[in-house]
Amino acid sequence: MALDKATVAHIAALARIRLSEAELEPLTNELSRILSWVEQLNEVDTTGVVPMASAAAASLPMRDDAVSDGGCRDAILGNAPRAARGFFTVPKVVE
Amino acid sequence: MSDPALLALNLAEARAGLARKAFSARELATTYNDAVAEAKPLNAYITPTPERALAMADAADQRLVRGEALPLDGIPIAVKDLFCTKEVLTTAGSHILEGFHPPYESTVTDKLWRAGAVMLGKANLDEFAMGSSSTTSWYGPVENPWRRPGDNRPLVAGGSSGGSAAAVAAHAALAATGTDTGGSIRQPASFCGIVGLKPTYGRCSRWGVVAFASSLDHPGPIGRTVRDVAIMLGAMAGHDPKDSTSAPVPVTDFEKALTGDIRGLRVGIPKEYRVDEMPREIEALWQRGVEWLRLAGAEPVDISLPMTKYALPTYYIIALAEASSNLARYDGVRFGLRVEGDGLEEMYELTRAAGFGAEVRRRVLIGTYVLSAGYYDAYYLKAQRVRALIARDFAATFEQVDCILTPTAPSAAFTIGEKTDDPIAMYLNDVFTVPANLAGVPAISIPAGLSDDGLPLGLQITGRAFDEETVLRVAGILENAASFRHLPSFLAGAGG
Repeated sequence: MALDKATVAHIAALARIRLSEAELEPLTNELSRILSWVEQLNEVDTTGVVPMASAAAASLPMRDDAVSDGGCRDAILGNAPRAARGFFTVPKVVE
Repeated sequence: MSDPALLALNLAEARAGLARKAFSARELATTYNDAVAEAKPLNAYITPTPERALAMADAADQRLVRGEALPLDGIPIAVKDLFCTKEVLTTAGSHILEGFHPPYESTVTDKLWRAGAVMLGKANLDEFAMGSSSTTSWYGPVENPWRRPGDNRPLVAGGSSGGSAAAVAAHAALAATGTDTGGSIRQPASFCGIVGLKPTYGRCSRWGVVAFASSLDHPGPIGRTVRDVAIMLGAMAGHDPKDSTSAPVPVTDFEKALTGDIRGLRVGIPKEYRVDEMPREIEALWQRGVEWLRLAGAEPVDISLPMTKYALPTYYIIALAEASSNLARYDGVRFGLRVEGDGLEEMYELTRAAGFGAEVRRRVLIGTYVLSAGYYDAYYLKAQRVRALIARDFAATFEQVDCILTPTAPSAAFTIGEKTDDPIAMYLNDVFTVPANLAGVPAISIPAGLSDDGLPLGLQITGRAFDEETVLRVAGILENAASFRHLPSFLAGAGG
């Protein structure tokens, strides 16, 4: 399937990746080629086949609902680009 | 200056030398620290950790002196920079993890340190393990220690665990950890003339490993011999409650699998792996592999894996969808790079534009597209259905045979810069390795011969889920028969 530049710009907005106008054109071509290539899967009859999400056992293990970790706020905030008074900080989102 | 004789020992030999006190763990770590520095031109390491190596070696020496040696005591290894290591810079080869010092240790590396291994440093890789050449790292490309005779152009080490493979091949590590999402342990092992094992899905914990595609990511060992990777696997494997996909399967002594006896074993030879573009020399090597196993008493069986040609496109849809989801966490808020913008949305967009390289951006965009409203069924669910058929192929085949013999990759190492402007040509490197990731079954690459232009070529053994023993046993036979003794043109301690 051939993508157009508007679609690629929309995908980039969904993915939160800023693209310049100059990047849009070559990316549109590359993504179109890759999508056309993966579309060979349409040749395969998958009627009635259950999708496989993982090679691991189908059911996930349960554990006790108990606190097993925590109390390490400073260690976690230690990697934050911006932190203040025990919190991550972000640009203002509420007026 | 490192000691080339000490560096030439493989892991099992070094373990024996340490046990009989022919040298100390400190001596071994010192010479490997020198080797890491000498191997700098290969760019195999992002972050060497020489002081930590010496401290860990000293602790190992104390245990060795007391006669309380642990299984890997004093063995210096490289860690792919995708494994989180406590308080040691962990980059995933990406600018977006700039300055990230994890406050925790990955389960696999924690097990290795508890087994006495010594950390030489963090090995270079493709950004977020996305690649087959180790050239997409923010920290620059890895160079293969091998060159074509009479040709000075640097070659790729394969990828994505290219730094790990190059370090082991150049004698700048005794062994290494890798991760394999579509061939990222086996293909670089093949390109660098060493051994790489992708274990069964769930055998080694993914906890603390930077995620690329969670249902396909497999941590595993890289080493110089089959025995060495068997020893490493024993230390890395085991159930981990912190990874919900980790399998509660007991860890056996994998070295004991190397009995040298494969009489009566049935080895499948899949006709679909005879792809048109495969060079004749690889086809010939594959035939030699069949003969070696036949001479050892195994029975080659022609088999069919009809879904093989669909494995690569299936892999790319699933891997990229999972990647776009996993990489959503890089938002400039909690760790790594942040590029300030006008408001939160712009901060996200600018951070991710600056932090991700071209290949990662491309993959996240495709992954986002195949998961987006209206396309989810057509791409993602379709790929998951084909994945089920691929796994079914393997399950049916393993009713007939005990393992499968194929080449590891359709080519030898290529020149750095080649194939970079054609993503699909690069993806084709993984044509023989991705099926095992989709099915979750174990597979190993061992060096089996040289190409016409003097570069290593690997053969791959794939086995049943949780039957690493058979995979290792057959690989051991191939290793003996091939008796690959060639060394790369660059070796640490050899003056370069």
